[in-house]
Amino acid sequence: MSLFARTGLDEHNRRVEWLVKTLFLLMTVLLIIPVALIMGILIQRGAPVLSWGFLTEVPTNGMTAGGIFTALIGTVWIVAVALLASVPIGVAAAVYLSEYAPDNWLTRAINLAIINLAGVPSIVHALFGLGAFVVFFGFGRSILAASLTLAVMTLPIVIVATRESLQAVPHAFREACWNMGATRWQTIRRVVLPNSISGILTGVILEVSRTAGETAPIMFTGAAAFLPFLPQGVLDQTMAMSLHLYVVSTQVPDVPDALPFGVALVLISMVLVMNATSIAFRIYLRNKRKW
Amino acid sequence: MVDNAPKLSVRNLSVRYGDKQALNGISLDVFPNEIFGIIGPANSGKTSFLRALNRMEEFDANMTVEGDILFEGQDITAIRNVYALRRKVGVVFPLPVGLPMSIYENVAFAPKLAGIKKKAELDEIVERCLIRAALWDEVKDRLDALGSLLSGGQQQRLTIARALSQNPELLLLDEFSIAVDPVTTMRIEDVLKELKEEITIVLVTNLVQQARRLADRTAFFLESELVETAETEELFSGVVKDQRTRDYVEGRFG
Repeated sequence: MSLFARTGLDEHNRRVEWLVKTLFLLMTVLLIIPVALIMGILIQRGAPVLSWGFLTEVPTNGMTAGGIFTALIGTVWIVAVALLASVPIGVAAAVYLSEYAPDNWLTRAINLAIINLAGVPSIVHALFGLGAFVVFFGFGRSILAASLTLAVMTLPIVIVATRESLQAVPHAFREACWNMGATRWQTIRRVVLPNSISGILTGVILEVSRTAGETAPIMFTGAAAFLPFLPQGVLDQTMAMSLHLYVVSTQVPDVPDALPFGVALVLISMVLVMNATSIAFRIYLRNKRKW
Repeated sequence: MVDNAPKLSVRNLSVRYGDKQALNGISLDVFPNEIFGIIGPANSGKTSFLRALNRMEEFDANMTVEGDILFEGQDITAIRNVYALRRKVGVVFPLPVGLPMSIYENVAFAPKLAGIKKKAELDEIVERCLIRAALWDEVKDRLDALGSLLSGGQQQRLTIARALSQNPELLLLDEFSIAVDPVTTMRIEDVLKELKEEITIVLVTNLVQQARRLADRTAFFLESELVETAETEELFSGVVKDQRTRDYVEGRFG
């Protein structure tokens, strides 16, 4: 028997090793199947309706013909206003929680509230938005009310992503700055924030996808099923891609089969383009700064 | 030893982290233009001592400090502008901390905080501090490179340059040579010998021989207490009062 001959136990371990690896690989492959199927079907069935006109014309004939221009621009409005509201608030809250807040019951209660906020179903946010922004604050059904509802819903994403990336900046950097006589804010502005910006952007990317795709929260608060014109300001109602998709898929008779697929394809492409831009920007930032 | 008023006077200083006593009733004086060595085994309270000098308890809710620390006769807890205090006190940590910004910005950071804006003035400070920290020749052609990507020894000299850029009157070094090769250590030690002409240095070290090479006087910390303070040469020649000190410097424990 040679020195390195395989024993029965080795043989058993080798089989288990192979089995585990194959199983995990299989699970990983399973993961991409839905994504590939969705994209494949959307492209196959939606691509025929895509044209320059589809993007730049308003819907006509009871939304069974024409384009999606008003919905497209409406979604851009809603996402932009929602980001304007939630990013400053979310980042400021995360900076406070990570850099200033003492560890006491109030801080722990706030952290718990953030986690719970993330778990609230979107239909509940919709009703909250209706009560708070549409009725109580009197914004009416408007872009502002819809965007603020979405902002509240997506705040936890920004806060959690920002806080995690702030805490990923080594504590030694902060101590070094403090020891040089820097205030907390000088330390945050000069050292901590510049080095966590890519993590914060990740949160914003996630938030954009969420905001662009949500339907329930905007349905009661500011998105209209059909409007023949573009919004002129944040107090106007608007069409939105997600609601438009819902409407042409389920509410309107005699819609051509390909139309909903075309709308879905454009919606997904919008999100992908926004994500790709932010990811490229993030990579650029990350290459500039490292430790 | 210098025979004027102490730069730093510590009376009955205690430091606690939560329930854990880190330093228990230390009293000592540090005089201008001396290198004051602090030796002692791990967990004897050396680092806590340095942290208290810079009022770091304000950034650590868990840390409590009792007793008096007088900086040039002034009680530091009474100093309203703690940032000015920290600017007068430079600190070098055990592990080098190159901030994730350019070498130039690393050294220009503190002067900028102090309100210096003119490029020419900043250039001059950066060059002077890097020269004094024995790093200038290695980095003068790449001041825009990231400070955090230098080698360990270079980063530690960068940290010293940064501490000097504050124009400190007191320089605290906490086991600065832990992550540094012997050649660099020797270069930094030479730098320190020159620096003491102008500033006062407190050198915490776990290398007994380093204290012997550099310190004018040396204090021995053990289990949160100050065992004794003596002229360094006395400490090493065995003319000490306490048996524990003799055992430690002769390597019988610690």
